[in-house]
Amino acid sequence: MIKINNLTKVFDSADSEVTALKGIDLHVHKGDIYGIIGMSGAGKSTLLRCIALLENPTEGSIEVNGSDISTLKGKELIQHRKQIGVIFQGYNLLMQRTVRDNVAFPLELSNVSKEEIKKTTDRLLEIVGLGDKADFYPSQLSGGQKQRVAIARALANDPKVLLCDEPTSALDSLTTKSILELLKEINKNLGVTIIIITHEIGVVKSICNKVAVIDSGSFVETGDTKKILTDPESPITRLLLGMTEVKG
Amino acid sequence: MLDLLIQNKDMFLQGTWESLYMTVFSTFFAYLIGLPLGIWVYTSAPGGIAPAPKTNTVLGWIINIGRSIPFIILMVALIPFTRMVVGKSIGPTAACVSLIVAAAPFVARLVETSLEELDGGVIEAAKTMGATNKQIILKVLLPESIPSLVRGLSISTIALIGYSAMAGAVGGGGLGDIAIRYGYHRYQQGIMIITIILLVIIVQIIQCLFNFIARKIDKRTI
Repeated sequence: MIKINNLTKVFDSADSEVTALKGIDLHVHKGDIYGIIGMSGAGKSTLLRCIALLENPTEGSIEVNGSDISTLKGKELIQHRKQIGVIFQGYNLLMQRTVRDNVAFPLELSNVSKEEIKKTTDRLLEIVGLGDKADFYPSQLSGGQKQRVAIARALANDPKVLLCDEPTSALDSLTTKSILELLKEINKNLGVTIIIITHEIGVVKSICNKVAVIDSGSFVETGDTKKILTDPESPITRLLLGMTEVKG
Repeated sequence: MLDLLIQNKDMFLQGTWESLYMTVFSTFFAYLIGLPLGIWVYTSAPGGIAPAPKTNTVLGWIINIGRSIPFIILMVALIPFTRMVVGKSIGPTAACVSLIVAAAPFVARLVETSLEELDGGVIEAAKTMGATNKQIILKVLLPESIPSLVRGLSISTIALIGYSAMAGAVGGGGLGDIAIRYGYHRYQQGIMIITIILLVIIVQIIQCLFNFIARKIDKRTI
């Protein structure tokens, strides 16, 4: 469903070149919950931004259902962004809008009718368990509830893929568990393929069926979660698993 | 003092009315120019939603030039232009022309600052949902920064009250005109003090009103 070939991203600035990603290959199948794990600065976020079409790759291609999306511009680009839902570590909700209107936002952008918006937002808020909070403002919610609103909002356009950028890194362990449960349910019940960027091995352990370990802009290991977690080959994976001592 | 106020009741009423007229009228038009200009500067900045470095630099220059000319000089320099626009160079309406020209770049900077307070993540999120630039401006930038924009509006309104008082020096009318004519040229301190008290009251009312509105509409603090 998503096929990334030889993805490379170089950031050019006046006096230096930074290679954030080099030669990334990734194959995500429909229905996967794919974890991409790495330490800070490994290139995780850049990879996510490329898949979310917020960043143009320097080289390589990103295919979604067989067509390359990395070179899209203008209207087509906007159309394609709507097929990919994104949630962020910082939730990025509209603070001056109610919970319902936040979820309605992507629908408003596509000029969906008012009745349709009402129906869809009711359904989505029910799914994320916030049916009774529709008229609250984000400032009145807890972190976990805010992330639930963000998830409902990301699902509003009926995306095939949900990209999650450190979705639980700002949450306590109990809330993290409940958000991960929700993502799992969404994956199972709505058939949404999920890609999760994280630095927490716990996230990968609890919901990802596949995992890619990224370091210094390239994958050092990819495959089934079970296999990689039980028999890690790369020292970086061992480090993330806590199997080796961190030096320095 | 009270006698003085009652004796000159009509003059003070007219002065207050003219001051308010100049302030409201010129604030409105200053925003008509300054709001789009501020949005344009913000969006065209490097890293903005529609980066245009050259346009951004030129706009920055225009705003800075507008803001660096002392108002009293600007007013005199604009006399020919004012005559062209309103047909005369004396009176409150004539004063509005230079007030608008002086305030528009000021407003543009205030608007830009308000927009910059926004968290970039929200704009990013809107982009991932397929928002066009126009939708980002109308549905994210402006609604999300409304409380800050209202506070900016109070700052520019009060600045314009000050400017409009200065306009009195070249026959612009209003309370400033009264203060200069009676207090400065005729040494009638009583009249000058009354105009100052009136100005203080007006500024206080405006500030309280806008603070109240800004607090009321801000959904981040419920």
